Amino acid sequence: MNKSEWIRITPASNIPPREGRAVNLGELEIAIFNLGDRFVALENRCPHKGGPLADGIVSSLDGVVTVTCPLHNWRICTDSGAVRKPGGEAACVRSFAVKVEDGIVSIAREAPVAVPV
Amino acid sequence: MNEKLVVIGNGMAGVACVDQILKHSAQFDITIFGDETHVNYNRIMLSSVLAGEKEFEDIVLNDIAWYRKHGIKARLGLRIESIDRDARTVTGADGSVTEYDKLIFATGSNAFVPPIAGADKGGVFVWRTLDDTRQLVEMCGQGIKAVVIGGGLLGLEAARGLQVRGCDVTVVHLSGHLMERQLDPAGGSYLTSKMSGLGIKVLTSKSTQAILGNGHVQGLRFADGSVIEANLVVIAAGIKPNSALAKTAGVQVNRGIIVNDHMETSDPHIYAVGECTEHRGQLFGLVAPLFDQGKELAAAITGNRGKGFEASAPAAKLKIMGVDVFSAGDLDESKPGTETVRFEDPSLGIYKKLVLRDNRLAGVILVGDASDDHRYMDWIRTQKDLARERRHLMTPLPSADAGLDVAQMPDSDTVCGCLGVTKGAIIQAIHEQGISTLAQLKDRTRASTGCGSCGSLCQSLLKAVSPEFQEDKVKVLCDCVKFSQDQLREMVRTQQLKSVQDVLDIYGNGIGCEVCKPAISYLVDVVWCGDHQEDRSARYINDRVHANIQKDGTFSVVPRMRGGVTTPAELKRIAEVAEKYNVPMVKVTGSQRLDLLGIKKEDLPKVWAELGMPSGQAYTKGVRMVKTCVGTEFCRFGTQDAISAGIELETRLENLFTPHKTKMAVVGCPRNCAEATVKDIGLVGQDGSWQVVVGGAAGKGVRKADLLVTVETTAEALEAAELFFQYYRETASYLERTYDFVERLGIEKVRRETIYATAEVRGGLLSRLQKAKARSTDAWLERDSPRPTQFVQITPMETWSASQ
Repeated sequence: MNKSEWIRITPASNIPPREGRAVNLGELEIAIFNLGDRFVALENRCPHKGGPLADGIVSSLDGVVTVTCPLHNWRICTDSGAVRKPGGEAACVRSFAVKVEDGIVSIAREAPVAVPV
Repeated sequence: MNEKLVVIGNGMAGVACVDQILKHSAQFDITIFGDETHVNYNRIMLSSVLAGEKEFEDIVLNDIAWYRKHGIKARLGLRIESIDRDARTVTGADGSVTEYDKLIFATGSNAFVPPIAGADKGGVFVWRTLDDTRQLVEMCGQGIKAVVIGGGLLGLEAARGLQVRGCDVTVVHLSGHLMERQLDPAGGSYLTSKMSGLGIKVLTSKSTQAILGNGHVQGLRFADGSVIEANLVVIAAGIKPNSALAKTAGVQVNRGIIVNDHMETSDPHIYAVGECTEHRGQLFGLVAPLFDQGKELAAAITGNRGKGFEASAPAAKLKIMGVDVFSAGDLDESKPGTETVRFEDPSLGIYKKLVLRDNRLAGVILVGDASDDHRYMDWIRTQKDLARERRHLMTPLPSADAGLDVAQMPDSDTVCGCLGVTKGAIIQAIHEQGISTLAQLKDRTRASTGCGSCGSLCQSLLKAVSPEFQEDKVKVLCDCVKFSQDQLREMVRTQQLKSVQDVLDIYGNGIGCEVCKPAISYLVDVVWCGDHQEDRSARYINDRVHANIQKDGTFSVVPRMRGGVTTPAELKRIAEVAEKYNVPMVKVTGSQRLDLLGIKKEDLPKVWAELGMPSGQAYTKGVRMVKTCVGTEFCRFGTQDAISAGIELETRLENLFTPHKTKMAVVGCPRNCAEATVKDIGLVGQDGSWQVVVGGAAGKGVRKADLLVTVETTAEALEAAELFFQYYRETASYLERTYDFVERLGIEKVRRETIYATAEVRGGLLSRLQKAKARSTDAWLERDSPRPTQFVQITPMETWSASQ
C-alpha cells in the first residue's frame, strides 16, 4: 500500500470513544471509528441493505471487534470489514488504513478507487 | 365414605408426609391446618431468600394447584387451639371445629430463646419463618449493626444474609468454636477464618447477659462485662419441638411428642412427624430424617406398616456461597477402635477429618472443600470396608471416565437425601417421562428441591442417562456479560457502578454489544434514578439523535402531543416545518400524534427548534403517549374527564425511560374509545370511579389488561398508575413489555408489591419516581448544546485528489 496517499481528515477529538462518524470523500462515504486504543475506517454502507455503519454500536463477537449495523444488526469486523454475522455471508465492506498523528486522523486508500468527481 | 385425616402443620415434614400418603391410597379426606399464611415452602432455603439469591416464589414446594389437584382442604393462617381426643375434633382459633378419624401432628419447632434480659426489645428477632425473613429483610441496610446470637448452621446463614444486605455483622457464640455440634475445634477455627474473610466478625466463648437499649436494642452486654453496639439482633440459639398443643391434649410428650418406630403416639388415632417428635429419646432438626419419618407414617396410617423408622446418620451442610462446610455421622473419637485421619492446608483454608471405626467410616468433617461429601456419606451409609481405599481416603483417584462416579452408584443409592430419591427412581423417571433438563427433573421427581446440594450429581446423572440432555438455560444478558439482569441490577446497586463501561470492564468483556449496552444503559439509569454517567456510545442511534432511524438512514420526528390534544398554532408550525424541510410524508400515528418522516440527521436540531414542541419519545424504550377520548368535556356518555387525567398522566411520566416502550390511554367511560384496556397502562372511567388496568397489548398478540385496582378519585388513579409504572421500571427485564411482565409475575404479585405494599414500600417507589423525574429532561432541548459532531457531518480537511 502506498502510504503516501494518506490524507488528513479531522481532529481525533471529533470522534468520541467507542463511536463512529461519517465523512464524505467524493462519492465515497467513510465511517471512522474510535475504538479507544485505535481508530479504524470502513465504507459507511452495510452490504446487507446499505445501513449507515457509522451510526452502529461498537460490539464484540467471539473476541473480534465489530460494529453492529443499526438497521438489521449485521455485524461487521471493524478491522477487516468482513461480515461476521449472519454467519456464512461472504460479503465484505471496504476497509481503510487509519493513523493518528499530532491529534489528526488520517486515512489511506489500500487500492485505487474510482476517481471522485 | 372416606376417613377424615387432619394434619396440624403445613410445613415440609407434614406436607411431604401427606404426599407419601397419597402415593399409598386415596382413602382420606385431608385437611391441613397451617398457622403461617403461605403454602408449603422450603424452609431450608430461607437463607437464600434472606441473602437475596432467591425470591419466595422460587422456594415454594407445593403451590395451591397441588392442594386442589389432590382435593386437600388447606386452611392457612389458622392456628389450632385445642384438641378433644374423645370427640376426635380439633378447634381452630376462629372457633371452627373439625372432626378427624386420624390426626397428624406436624407442628415443627419453635426458636429457642435463651433467658436473656431484654430479649423482648424492639429490633430483636428470631428467624424461623418466611415472615421472619421478610421482617429481617426490611430491617437490613447499610450502616445497620447486626448481632447474631448463635454460631450454628442457622446463625451463620443468617449472618451472611444480613451482611449481603449491607449490615455490619457480628456472630456471638456461647461455645468455644462455631458449629460445635458438627465440628471439632480445629474445623471450627477454619470456619471462623472463612467467616472473617467474608467480613463477618466472630466472637466465641461469649455468653450474652443482657440486650441493652431503651425500648429498641442499642447493644449487648456479655457475662465478661464487655459491651458491643447493635441495632438489630437475631437470636439463633437453637430450636425446641413445638409440642405444647399435644401435651395439653394429653398425648404423651417428653421434650417432643413421643413416637414409636411407626410414628404412632400414645393415642391410637394420632401420629406425629417432623421436628415436633421425639423418637427413642432423640430430637430432630435436619430435614433428611423427617422425610424418612413421613414415609413410615404414611405406610403405617394406610395400613402398610413397614420395617419402622430408624434415625439415619445426621448430616449437615452449611449453605453459604464460598464457605463449604459439611459434617456427618458420629464424630466421637473416644470410642474404642477409633482412628482419625486428617488433612489440612491453612493457606487454602481446607480442613478434612475422617473418623474411622474398624476400617469403616463413622463420621466426617469437611471445611473449605466439601466436594467429596457424597462419597463420604455413602461410606457412612453403607459401612463399606475401607481397607482397600486407605491410600485414597482424602483424594479419590482421578477417574478417566467422567460418567464413572455416577455409573458406580448402585440404583438403590440415595441421590437426594432430603427427599429420599434414589438413583434408580431418577433413571426411571428420565426414561418414562422423557426428562432432559435439571428443571424438569426437579419438577417431576422432586430430587434436588430440598437443600439443593445434590444438584451437580443430578446433573451428571441426567447427562449420563438422558438421550436429549440439555443444560438448564441460565438467562444471562448476553455473551459479553454473563449475568442475569437481576444479578446485574444488584451489582450496579451494591458496587455503586454508574457507567456502562464500568459494568463492562468489571463484569464483562470490556466491549459489549448492541444487546447488552442498551440494557446496561437502562439499568444504570433506573438504579440511580437518572444520576448516572450517560454514555451515548452505549446507546442505540435513536437514543443518540432522539429520532427514529428509517430504512434509508433518514429519521422520523414525532413531537409530544399530550393526551392527543393539539392547537391550531402547533398545527401551523408542524405544517411549516414539513414544507420547509420537504418532509416526504406527514402521518397521523396510532398514538393520536403526527409523524414527520424522512428528515435528515443534520436537520434534526433545527426541526425541533422550529416545532417548539417536546420530544414524543417515539424512537425509544420510554414513555410514548397517553391516548384519550373526549370524556366529559364534550361526550354525552362521558363519566370522567379523560382529557385532563390523560394530560396529567403524560406530564407526570414523560421523558422517563422504561424497559420497553410504554403506551397508555385514558378513557372516560367503559365504551373504551381510546382502547385503554389494550395499553400498558390504562385508566377506565366509570360513574364515580376509575379502573386502573395494566399489562394490555394490541400488537403481535392481543391481551386484555388486568385490573390493578378500582379507586374513587383521579388523584388515586394517577398514583396507582405511577406505582405500577415505577415498579415495572425497577423490576422488569430490559425489553420486557408490561404484558409479558404482568403475565410472568401474575397480577396478584404486582398488586401486592404496588398498591397493596406497605406505606413505606409505596413511598419508596413514588420518591424514586419523583427523583428520576426531577432529573429527566426533554431530549430535544439538546438542540441548544448538541454533542459537537453528533448532528453535523464531518468535513474532511483534505480529499483525494482527482489525479490519484
